[in-house]
Amino acid sequence: MQTPTNLAAGLRLPVNALDYALMAIYFAVVLGIGFAARRSVRTSLDFFLSGRSLPAWITGLAFVSANLAATEILGMAANSAQYGAYTVHWYWIGAIPAMVFLGLVMMPFYYGSKVRSVPEFLLLRFDRWAHLLSSALFAFAAVLIAGVNLYALAIVVEALLGWPQWLAVVVAGFFVLAYITLGGLSSAIYNEVLQFFVILAALIPLTVLGLKKAGGWGGLTDSLTAGHGHHFVTAWGGTGIGSANPLGANWLTIVLGLGFVLSFGYWTTNFAEVQRALSAKNLSAARRTPLIAAYPKIFIVFLVMIPGLVAAVLVPGIGTSDSDLQYNDAIPYLMQELLPNGVLGVAVTGLLAAFMAGMAANVSSFNTVFTNDIWARYVVRGREDAYYVRFGRLITVIGVLVSIGTAFLAASFSNIMAYLQTLFSFFNVPMFVVFVVGMFWKRASVRSGFWGLLAGTTAAMVNYFVVYKQGIVAIPTDQGANFVSAIAGFAAGAVVMVAVSLFTAPKPAEELRGLVYGTVSPGMAEPPAPGDDAWYRRPALLGWGALVLAAACYIPFSF
Amino acid sequence: MSEHHPRPERHGYSEQDVQREVTELEGRSATAARIFDLRRIIGGLFVVYGVIVTIAGISPSDASLHKSEGVNINLWTGLGMLLLGVFFLVWLKLRPAAPPRAPEREQPPE
Repeated sequence: MQTPTNLAAGLRLPVNALDYALMAIYFAVVLGIGFAARRSVRTSLDFFLSGRSLPAWITGLAFVSANLAATEILGMAANSAQYGAYTVHWYWIGAIPAMVFLGLVMMPFYYGSKVRSVPEFLLLRFDRWAHLLSSALFAFAAVLIAGVNLYALAIVVEALLGWPQWLAVVVAGFFVLAYITLGGLSSAIYNEVLQFFVILAALIPLTVLGLKKAGGWGGLTDSLTAGHGHHFVTAWGGTGIGSANPLGANWLTIVLGLGFVLSFGYWTTNFAEVQRALSAKNLSAARRTPLIAAYPKIFIVFLVMIPGLVAAVLVPGIGTSDSDLQYNDAIPYLMQELLPNGVLGVAVTGLLAAFMAGMAANVSSFNTVFTNDIWARYVVRGREDAYYVRFGRLITVIGVLVSIGTAFLAASFSNIMAYLQTLFSFFNVPMFVVFVVGMFWKRASVRSGFWGLLAGTTAAMVNYFVVYKQGIVAIPTDQGANFVSAIAGFAAGAVVMVAVSLFTAPKPAEELRGLVYGTVSPGMAEPPAPGDDAWYRRPALLGWGALVLAAACYIPFSF
Repeated sequence: MSEHHPRPERHGYSEQDVQREVTELEGRSATAARIFDLRRIIGGLFVVYGVIVTIAGISPSDASLHKSEGVNINLWTGLGMLLLGVFFLVWLKLRPAAPPRAPEREQPPE
């Protein structure tokens, strides 16, 4: 998502003691969770994966919450103010199918093989070169993204509350550091679930009041149609191949680039997400994690899109030189205009919580990959388990400090941050190719993983930074170019994997059990927990239900 | 990763190794036995938030009512949060967490 690099100066919120009291209560609870979770950490598995023991409703809400960072909330509202109802694509086609695929198809392999991270799966399926490359890319990206989140928080807090940027960075960094170092993944996940409800308590009143101000849904769409044309309130209007639309993408690049490659790459191989499912208490709960998350995800789009659309009506020149408000200001602007003290405090708390949860998701997945996949595997091997818990705590401190450094760096070079974020969005794409080929084609050789990863990453970047940025092929917008680059990265990765596999020896069949589609690993034989056979806990029903619901949501936006 | 080495030489690189290691750690894990119930925290926080914001909404000033489009948004949001908090506490009361599977053992020496 875009980072809110510049918020208008006139957005200072009229917060009072009541609002600050609500914030203080929340921060106290956050720390309390860290301290209380501390006594549940005995092994490294407790610290990094909550001992694989959490119930599905907690991991499911944490799954959706880890993605519901404030950069996402502000960014998607900005998207809506700029492009209109196209935003629904990021949710209904750009998230739900991938989440359902993760739960129904991929999770038995992830959870059943008992891997502790996404790179560890690559180690089992391919070799250590693929493992090391994916671990290093992930660890690097996670720390820097945590820094981007921190920087975005500092900008918003400075604009809304008037705190200096360094103070916001240090305070938020300290809280995240404290609760993850103390309680590990359990306290990160518990705080994410709490954040989920607080952010709902912030966004629902804002959306309701925004709609009322704009004259209801009918009044809102009428004003938007009058001001921006009919396509602004439809999902597919103007997306025919060759026709122009503000998004700069046609239906094919939306479906393939966003809906298939980018979305599957993010949701099924980004460890910051998958880690939540791996901490579930059994295979059934792990499969239900992304499926339970899919239902709130379908409806959250309304809570970010409607404020964006309302802002586009209330501030006709938003994002252009006619107004000093940027697209990213949509939600802060409505908070300032509509929320009285009290609810305002809840809303600011929700926004801060969302920033911290976004950062915490990256930090808690970073320390896991760095400790288990890099340190314990290649640097200091074979020590006792308690050593790796201590090291995990230490690397959490280091990771947060590096993120704070990144945030300060970003403050001086804000355009570099935008670049970095685009860069990271390409790391997931080749990961997904390697996964999907490795999981469904047993002939894929151990060496093909590394080369596929390398080729896919390179191709996506070359396409974006050379072909698009140098203007060799004209693509109207960054978003459109993103989609095309993702498709290019996917294709290159797949071709290289097939080519390398044809020239190298396949992996012996007995070493592929439980890693390739159609095989079963011994670890998957565990008996189902009592109650898991209830109809509302059946993964297939939950998954297909989410798909049907998402497709039905498209209907009112298709005409 | 040479094929000539016997299994133990490849510690940590095969699926069996990972499964053995994680199963052993699961056996010693303390999370299931010792982690507190999150429902109590969510319930508690939202009851407190609900009460505070509802009180703020009991006698709203004209200025704040005007700002929120004539809707007493503090009152409604406060009541909503109170309801959510009570829901979690009632759920906790009706369906308390199952007792941990195995009795807690002392950590065996490494």
